[in-house]
Amino acid sequence: MSTANEIVIAGFGGQGVLFAGKILVYAGLLAGKEVSWLPSYGPEMRGGTANINVIISDTPIGSPIITNPGMLVAMNQPSLEKFENDVQKNGLIIVDSSLISLKVKRTDIKTCYIPATKLAEDAELKGLANMVMVGKIAKELGIFDLDIVKKAASKSIPARKQDLLAPNIKAIEIGLAYC
Amino acid sequence: MTIVFERPKALTDVPMHYCPGCTHGIIHRLVAEVLDELDLVEKAIGVAPVGCAVMNYDYFECDMAQAAHGRAPAVATGIKRANPANIVFTYQGDGDLAAIGTNETVHAAARGENITIIFVNNAIYGMTGGQMAPTTIPGQITQTSPYGRDTKTAGFPLKICEMLATLDGTAYAERVSADGVKNVVNAKKAIKKAFEYQMAGRGFSIVEVLSTCPTNWGLEPVEALGWLRQNLIPYYPLGVYKDKEASR
Amino acid sequence: MTEKVLMKGNEALAEAALRAGCRHFFGYPITPQTEVAAYMAKRMPKISGTYLQAESEIAAINMVLGASAAGVRAMTSSSSPGISLKSEGLSYLAGCDLPAVVVNIQRGGPGLGGIRPSQSDYFQATRSGGHGDFHLIVLAPDTVQEMFDLTIEAFELADQYRMTAMILGDGMLGQVMEPVDISREGTVSTVAKQWALTGTKGTRKKNIINSLYLNEEELEMLNFKRFEKYAEVEKIARTEEYFIDDADVIVVAYGICARIAKNAIDEARKKGIKAGLIRPVTLWPFPKLQLKAAAAKAKAFIVVEMSMGQMIEDVELSIRCSRPVDLCNRTGGMVPTPDEVLAAIEKAARAERS
Repeated sequence: MSTANEIVIAGFGGQGVLFAGKILVYAGLLAGKEVSWLPSYGPEMRGGTANINVIISDTPIGSPIITNPGMLVAMNQPSLEKFENDVQKNGLIIVDSSLISLKVKRTDIKTCYIPATKLAEDAELKGLANMVMVGKIAKELGIFDLDIVKKAASKSIPARKQDLLAPNIKAIEIGLAYC
Repeated sequence: MTIVFERPKALTDVPMHYCPGCTHGIIHRLVAEVLDELDLVEKAIGVAPVGCAVMNYDYFECDMAQAAHGRAPAVATGIKRANPANIVFTYQGDGDLAAIGTNETVHAAARGENITIIFVNNAIYGMTGGQMAPTTIPGQITQTSPYGRDTKTAGFPLKICEMLATLDGTAYAERVSADGVKNVVNAKKAIKKAFEYQMAGRGFSIVEVLSTCPTNWGLEPVEALGWLRQNLIPYYPLGVYKDKEASR
Repeated sequence: MTEKVLMKGNEALAEAALRAGCRHFFGYPITPQTEVAAYMAKRMPKISGTYLQAESEIAAINMVLGASAAGVRAMTSSSSPGISLKSEGLSYLAGCDLPAVVVNIQRGGPGLGGIRPSQSDYFQATRSGGHGDFHLIVLAPDTVQEMFDLTIEAFELADQYRMTAMILGDGMLGQVMEPVDISREGTVSTVAKQWALTGTKGTRKKNIINSLYLNEEELEMLNFKRFEKYAEVEKIARTEEYFIDDADVIVVAYGICARIAKNAIDEARKKGIKAGLIRPVTLWPFPKLQLKAAAAKAKAFIVVEMSMGQMIEDVELSIRCSRPVDLCNRTGGMVPTPDEVLAAIEKAARAERS
């Protein structure tokens, strides 16, 4: 199993990391992969730290828990501090550089700084930094195309909220386009 | 030959185990007569409590369940929700209903659960040999209040009908007594009304019946009736505490 | 191929109950099983079912008893502390020979414990569901798909044997989301419930649902008869086996721990260690025969569980302590890692060679 497809997305509660993970696993499912989505669950429903373990694999998934992610997506500073050392050697850390001033200390991994929150706000997509990250993650994974991600977003957004689909997809496209 | 008196159809031919002079037998008969008169024997499901009436599943000639101590209202809720067309009643004593099962009782009432509870209050735990009950009155001597119930340490009795009357879900709550002809006739009217309320789908109905326990009160049956009149009725006044229809 | 949907374990379990024809759910909120209640609360009113939020776990299980006595498929779900409260009802359900499905999405204990996943209610589920001589059928899913499949099976087994069937999951299985095929429809019991309380309708003698037997000879006979039934139920014991044909070291694990163990076994095989897995799918009846057969070939056993060591007793009993049995465990809401299990496998392999 490629550990690159073991992804931890972490941030504050309310940033939508669980939802971002859901779109990724849906995309994986639509692409014919094995997937699992395991949230941290705790007493802090809002405002605390939230993280999601997403696995997208070609083979049946054993443990859904990720001890050493191939990819870490840090959407706030405490998450970067908490998980940086767990990332696999040669793994990838994606940092929301509009919220995190800290730089990644490790040198045995790849690092990508993307001002996801600012990119979303500049495009008048406030609150959709998580979707910008979904685009970026999809690009880095390189295992599914935009159509599948769009379809996954459509399936993950409840029927009565489909008006949110267009802005979500716009945010995903921003992430996909960001170099 | 004309039959002038017979066993209600809703009672079985099984000899009851109650002590001589105990009013459980009267109350069983009143429930049975009401089931007969309302033609409910074939559609009623009763729930027996834990306590003196534990074996009443043998006495009523309808489908019966026996519940864990205090849980009869929950069991009755499950039965009624599964088979709403049936008429579901519980028959519980004061320890069962007002101590270990207070939660189940209060919440069945609060939900307006469409069941009927026959609550037999004799102010003592009978089956286990006469301990203080939640309804034992201040000063009353029992095995576990040997110097009389001291409200400083043992607190005060629960007045169930008064309590349940405060709940919006309670459709009908009346306290009656099984101590004499007039009161027994009134008790039967109340029990009948409670079942009729359930049949009409009006919600939770409870009839509290003040009852005697000559054995554990340490009195002769006739004395026990007198003690009930002199002590229980003043503390637990008879009457209708809630009647949703009347207050409309 | 039918299209799979993504669901949390708790949601798949709730959907399975509906597919099995369960229309009566009595619940009480507790983390980490609350999604079961929320799912039922959303769906039941749309299909003329009952979702009732009880005043307590005790009330909920007694409502299940009432509904079951009345002849319908009924369920309640909870997590560890709530299951302790339900033990009274579990005993009465057994004493009354009533079918029911009870779900325990375990969390760390004892006491209020924590809310993270645990397997420390194994003894409670398999040994002492409540007072008196009785057993529950205990099913242990390890994927969201099995949360669905085994829940349907639980209703069928419960009706067939007039027993409580428990789904013993954990917080992680409840919370994890995976693809699941929910196309299967449960078979509604063909066993006529002639014992059910439905009102006599003038067509039969009255039915009594009761667990009180003051005659001790009668009660003993009833217990003997019930255990004759349990002897039949023992035949449903089953396992999933993974690389055990040539295994020197056999890991025994259930639920989420079995999946963690599979990762470790894959790594061990890469290192040339012949490791395999036996995953009990039924915890009661425990798959004694399967373990005993494995002991004829394997040289050592490792039990992986999220408790201080509970299932390990059943493993040792099943193989009559004929092989060394190590424990690899975490507890209190901690989850063993594949590396920890791998280390245990390597240690057992070394010990067996020397």
